[in-house]
Amino acid sequence: MSEDYDNDDLDAVDPLVLPLDAWHRTRGARMVEFAGYQMPVQYEGIIAEHTWTRENAGLFDVSHMGQLEVSGEGVVAALEALLPGDFAALKPGRQRYSLLLNEAGGVIDDLMVTNRGDHFYVVVNGATKWDDIGHLREHLPDEITLTHLDEHALLALQGPKAAEALGRLGLVPAFDGMPALADLKFMQAGPFLWDGRPLGVSRSGYTGEDGFEISVRGEDVAALADALCAQPEVKPIGLGARDSLRLEAGLPLYGHDLNEETDPISADLGFAISKRRRSEGGFLGAETVLARLAEGTSARRVGLALEGRQAAREGAQVMQGDQQVGQVTSGGFSPSLQRPIAMAYVDAALAAPGTALDIDVRGKRLSATVVPMPFVPHRYHR
Amino acid sequence: MSRYFSKDHEWIDVDGDTGTVGITDYAQGQLGDITFVELPAVGQAVKKGESVSVVDSVKAASDVYTPVSGEVTDANPALADAPELVNADAETGGWLFRIKLADAGELGDLMDEAAYKDYVDGL
Repeated sequence: MSEDYDNDDLDAVDPLVLPLDAWHRTRGARMVEFAGYQMPVQYEGIIAEHTWTRENAGLFDVSHMGQLEVSGEGVVAALEALLPGDFAALKPGRQRYSLLLNEAGGVIDDLMVTNRGDHFYVVVNGATKWDDIGHLREHLPDEITLTHLDEHALLALQGPKAAEALGRLGLVPAFDGMPALADLKFMQAGPFLWDGRPLGVSRSGYTGEDGFEISVRGEDVAALADALCAQPEVKPIGLGARDSLRLEAGLPLYGHDLNEETDPISADLGFAISKRRRSEGGFLGAETVLARLAEGTSARRVGLALEGRQAAREGAQVMQGDQQVGQVTSGGFSPSLQRPIAMAYVDAALAAPGTALDIDVRGKRLSATVVPMPFVPHRYHR
Repeated sequence: MSRYFSKDHEWIDVDGDTGTVGITDYAQGQLGDITFVELPAVGQAVKKGESVSVVDSVKAASDVYTPVSGEVTDANPALADAPELVNADAETGGWLFRIKLADAGELGDLMDEAAYKDYVDGL
């Protein structure tokens, strides 16, 4: 590839293939390009898959995401220089949501960090992983080792019957004294063995349901996916339902609801700035983020519930009278609520639940109300 | 009655000077679960190729282009409460609107069923 290529030529680069590619096709998936990979967008249909996950258990292939290991002398301080979380207080076997920030406090990515005892395990978004790795390499001190687990796949098993289904596979803790799978609570993690094969399991996900994310070697993932889908509660679920599920759960999607122009406070992700870090600062972007925490922000990410059935999508203008007061960053029809919902950034003065606003959709005004998120209650195993 | 197809995946059944328009089964399959259909107003004058309706699926909103010019005489009332009818029954009960043709000569630009099938097979 030469740098003379224009964007059209870049788009023409063949998407990469993930370890489960043939597995998805065999099960009738419709494949699309996403984050540079061929990914399953749906199998039997988005609404059916969405509902199945809310009622049973859905298996998602999220192997496009970046899995990283960070280790070395002083790794906690090194992570804390780049992320606003309290990683000194994150115990082994615990996971935390965090944000990779730039100097101006803009969000480079959102990610999950797990303390695995001898290293930290970090999962980043697929579309941003190469930039994230570049950013981390640039900013982490030389004595910190960053390893990209690019031969590992990542599965998510989500839904109220996920624990029952995964429980039947007989995973054993990799070390004595570790909690059993059934004893893991939301945002806890550990190494397990399945039939001798190593798995990194965390009780977390992106749907608002109870469930697990399972890091697995590429050569083992098809067997694991088969074993999971052999359980009567489990069906494979595509990216389409993953998006409608996370939207109902009020979880932002990077590249849509978050980007380098948004700061964590406007994005309503202040919980990711740990208490100690608020008083001490010392992370990239701290100056802006702490100022916004103290002074407030001009805009805020909110949830909107729409009247009628027509959806408002990314880019739609949020209006009050003739004034534009915000913009939709993601939106669609909620299969669980049977009505359209959206996330938008609106003027902070209009961010209170109950505020009536309009959304301009193709020249038509749709009535909407600011509502608290999640739209559909979380059902995490706490 | 004759049925014609457009490259934009609309079908039109023509009976005298009245046409009934919908999207094809292929189109509904591509769109996935349909959650809302915005229909043209009865009495609206429309030009061939103009976007006159919007079909919203869980994934995206898609324009529906009228395959002929004329005046809209009817819109499918069943779709307000049951837009999923377009998925279940795209080429019969899931019709979108009826139109009084302004120029039957425009039908010559459309495909018959066999030509449309070849067209879809080539996509």
